Amino acid sequence: MQDFSELTAFIHSLLTQFLPEWAAVTVECVIIAVCLLLAYSLLALFYIWFERKVCAAFQCRLGPNRVGPWGLLQSIADMFKILIKELISLKHTDKFLFALAPYLVILASMLSFAVLPWGNGLQIIDFNIGIFFLIACSSIGVLGILLAGWSSNNKFTLIGALRSGAQMVSYELSIGLSILTMVAFAGSMSIGDIVNAQANGWFIFTGHIPAVIAFVIYLIAGTAETNRGPFDLPEAESELTAGYHTEYSGIHFGFFYLAEYLNLFIVSGVAALMFFGGWMPFHINGWDSFNQVMDYIPSVIWFIGKAIALSFVIIWFKWTFPRLRIDQLLSLEWKYLLPINLANLVLMVCCIVYGWHF
Amino acid sequence: MPYDAWKDNEYIEKLVKELRDSGTNVIIGSLDHLINWGRSNSIWPLTFATSCCGIEFVSLGAARFDMARFGWEVARASPRQADFIMVAGTIVHRMAPVLRRLYDQLAEPKYVIACGGCAISGGPFRKSYHVAMGIEDIIPVDVFVPGCPPRPEAMIYGIMQLSRKIKVEKFFGGVNRQEKQEKFLESHPIEGIDDNK
Amino acid sequence: MANIQEKIAKLFPEAAFEEADTLTVTIPDAQWHELAKTLRDDAEMAFDYLVTIVGMDWKDSLGCIYYLDSTTHNTHIAVKVIATGDRETPYIHSVSDLYAIGCIYEREVYDFFGIIFIGNPDMRRLFLSIDWKGFPLRKDYDMNPDINPVPHENERQSDYTYTYVEDADGKIVKEEKRVFAEDDFVVNIGPQHPATHGVLRFRTAVDGETIKKIDVYMGYIHRGVEKICEMDTYPQTLHFMDRLDYFSAHPYHHCLCMCIEKAAGIEVPRRAQVIRVIMDELSRIASHCLFIGTFCMDLGATTMLFYTLRVREQILDIMDKTCGARMTFNYETIGGVIADLDPDFVKDVKALLEILPKNIKEYNKLFTGNVITRNRMEGVGVLSRKDAISWAITGPSGRASGWACDVRKTAPYAVYDEVEFDEIVRTEGDSMARFKVRMDEMEQSARIIAQLIDKIPDGEIQAKVPKVLRLPQGRWYQTVEGCRGAFGIYIESDGGTSPYRLKIAPPCLPLAAVVDHLTEGSKIADLITIGGSLDYIVPDMDR
Repeated sequence: MQDFSELTAFIHSLLTQFLPEWAAVTVECVIIAVCLLLAYSLLALFYIWFERKVCAAFQCRLGPNRVGPWGLLQSIADMFKILIKELISLKHTDKFLFALAPYLVILASMLSFAVLPWGNGLQIIDFNIGIFFLIACSSIGVLGILLAGWSSNNKFTLIGALRSGAQMVSYELSIGLSILTMVAFAGSMSIGDIVNAQANGWFIFTGHIPAVIAFVIYLIAGTAETNRGPFDLPEAESELTAGYHTEYSGIHFGFFYLAEYLNLFIVSGVAALMFFGGWMPFHINGWDSFNQVMDYIPSVIWFIGKAIALSFVIIWFKWTFPRLRIDQLLSLEWKYLLPINLANLVLMVCCIVYGWHF
Repeated sequence: MPYDAWKDNEYIEKLVKELRDSGTNVIIGSLDHLINWGRSNSIWPLTFATSCCGIEFVSLGAARFDMARFGWEVARASPRQADFIMVAGTIVHRMAPVLRRLYDQLAEPKYVIACGGCAISGGPFRKSYHVAMGIEDIIPVDVFVPGCPPRPEAMIYGIMQLSRKIKVEKFFGGVNRQEKQEKFLESHPIEGIDDNK
Repeated sequence: MANIQEKIAKLFPEAAFEEADTLTVTIPDAQWHELAKTLRDDAEMAFDYLVTIVGMDWKDSLGCIYYLDSTTHNTHIAVKVIATGDRETPYIHSVSDLYAIGCIYEREVYDFFGIIFIGNPDMRRLFLSIDWKGFPLRKDYDMNPDINPVPHENERQSDYTYTYVEDADGKIVKEEKRVFAEDDFVVNIGPQHPATHGVLRFRTAVDGETIKKIDVYMGYIHRGVEKICEMDTYPQTLHFMDRLDYFSAHPYHHCLCMCIEKAAGIEVPRRAQVIRVIMDELSRIASHCLFIGTFCMDLGATTMLFYTLRVREQILDIMDKTCGARMTFNYETIGGVIADLDPDFVKDVKALLEILPKNIKEYNKLFTGNVITRNRMEGVGVLSRKDAISWAITGPSGRASGWACDVRKTAPYAVYDEVEFDEIVRTEGDSMARFKVRMDEMEQSARIIAQLIDKIPDGEIQAKVPKVLRLPQGRWYQTVEGCRGAFGIYIESDGGTSPYRLKIAPPCLPLAAVVDHLTEGSKIADLITIGGSLDYIVPDMDR
């Protein structure tokens, strides 16, 4: 299996030949940032197109197919337009917070995007509390949404933001706990370690019952965390026009729009990482030739493929289920998911202690 | 629909000719081209419907006619994020200021399609005491789609014509549509709002 | 009816009787409230359902005609009350304390005729803005557009409402009160809002997510159809029916045609009758399909809309072939139908009947059984039978509350008495019941069509109708079962070629009026559920 750390080491040694160490690191940072931004926007555009196509398929339609082959350029055209659309500044709003909010949202999703392990050795930084950092970053997003709702000076956005605040704070517990279950299983918070621990079998298989429970809860909570249907209350179109971003136009709205889709990728990426082995190929113990064939598929494709497959499931949710009501949403979390999650954590610890897992 | 028939629009041809005569800069011209490509291929409607035509607009989104093919299915409920209003249905006295406000809330560039007889001229309700005789003296209109209600095919044709119109616009320099719009806003002022700012 | 007349005559000696289309009682305003109370509470009469209030301008006097129905005895009565006072301030005593729907109906009459109702708690204009000059349905209304130009500035808004009460000396005093409390958090939902199904406006006072009170604003699509009809000849009035409730264009057309035919004494050929009923039922299926789709979309399940629209498109194709249009058909004419059936009609309808049960099964599988759906709908917006009658909630919404109000059963018209079908009545009265009633009604409509489709008789499609149609002097009232409830047409003729007064009694006006009653104390999301399940069409209530 090819290792991308060889490539990065080669670039590093190439740069240090001409530049002092600090300058080389700076140049590398810049390159990484550019790659990241590019990957971020391309992936988001792809996701917008993907969701539109998937949704069309569910609804017996064709979906975008006029702009570019299979409509592939549709979301690029949309982004061009959004970029040059007027930014409306409103009277009676908190101008600074109003402008800050979309940046916070996109910053949060970009930070969590950055720590995802893309492939074998293709990770920006692998530090010992990687998964903790990821959760922490993704929580900044809710701040942006609250600010957006508050600073717009609009009743719809305010209700949307309050809903979002209640929802995110609640469901973060579930996400945290289900990830904690898997961290307990892996015995490490480092993303690299977690992935490597799944070399001989993904956690969803080796951790059997508690892992499956944790996965289901994670998927529900993750869908809620990204504000997607059936948990799309903060922007419930039929109730609050466009929720917390009602008053945003142009690229500010574009940020919310991109971040929404990227969060979808991040949630499914983390699910892939915690339960489906990250970039680790599918291995079956003992089937050596099969495992070798699997190894031929590049690790990047494994990771993105898993993430997209999981996103497909989340998109499927959105286009199937009706929306929950705010009290039902909160009671689902506090009355069902949280107790189950806590019990599951105990179960997982028992599994580990008594060695009930594979 | 054959291409020649679709291209048969004197208004736009005249517009293109005027633009050609005035000449364009190569760089700015190609940049314009790129921007217009983006704009004309991504026109998001505002969810706005007052009566019958609105239901045909819903049919337009459904599988039979599927406006998603052209990328128009992203109907935004918030006017800040939409590109055009499809005025689908009668506009009455009480609704007129609301429509005007919605138009003002749209972010530039913004377009209006008057859809159906009522929005064009008052339609079957011309004799009424409470119906605006066409929306042209409330907001500036770009495309008219006649019918009562227009068939979804006609609506597709109308939006395609709008798309064509956007394609020949100029982003830098004299934006031909903008002038028309400014003239309109000058002749229809609202107290307390300065449109030229 | 005779004993009712005797009884009223005994209690109210001033009452005058007139045997027209319905038994009409004329009573002076001073005794009207007393009579209404007797009519409602007397067990023998029990007129508990206020069908409509027809405001009238007889040039020398203003007044109202109240149409009342008894839900227990299935009898009808009309009461004519002439307003006291001069033309500037005519007044009638309000019955809004007896019939909950009275409040909105009286506001409508006030808006059009300027008749003040003493005791009505909310005497604002209903459809027109506060600054509107004149009362448009009066005969001496000046239509000059310069008096009421198209406004360009935002509408003036008042937080106050008025009531007129009689003080001890019998003098009428205007009282002012606030609509909302001063520190209420009022959210403005509509007029341009995805969930209001058109342009309806709810000013909603909320406490967090909980709704405290809703103030409904209508008139954002008030097109003045009743006034235009007075200027048109009878055949010309027909096409407006398509544009009221554009989903039940056929039943509405049917109603107006029947009312005119009844007045002119025209016998409709049997073939036309059968075609009309088939068309009515087809449009009922199409309408309910769209209801299910939009309702699910309101709840967030967008995909359902596309599945239901598939069936609707198929019905529209059938309509398109025969009527030549997808939505505004203008198919029924006075004396029959305008064109004969398309040769493919029978084949197409049979194909539809074949796929319909499969589709309904699919909808149930996809949506009705879903646990989120059930949590969202069950027990939300419960309307009791008594309230349904008091609020005049007819149609599927009324039947979901246990009120068997199907006009096709209570007063069969056309060939409805020859076909077999069940009236779907449920007792829960919540949003789920309203949804399920419509689901089952689609099956019943299919049943009616299946019985008729092979038995369309040959013969004429149109009766002989004079080129210039004049109705004799008199008044007529006709009801049909529209897709959303009982739809009524009142025609008063002075013998001319156009109606002296044509009143449309839409089923959707009560549906919108009851929203405040149903949503009190529920969540904002429930407002969407309730509004969606009532399924009102705004141009229908606004006219």
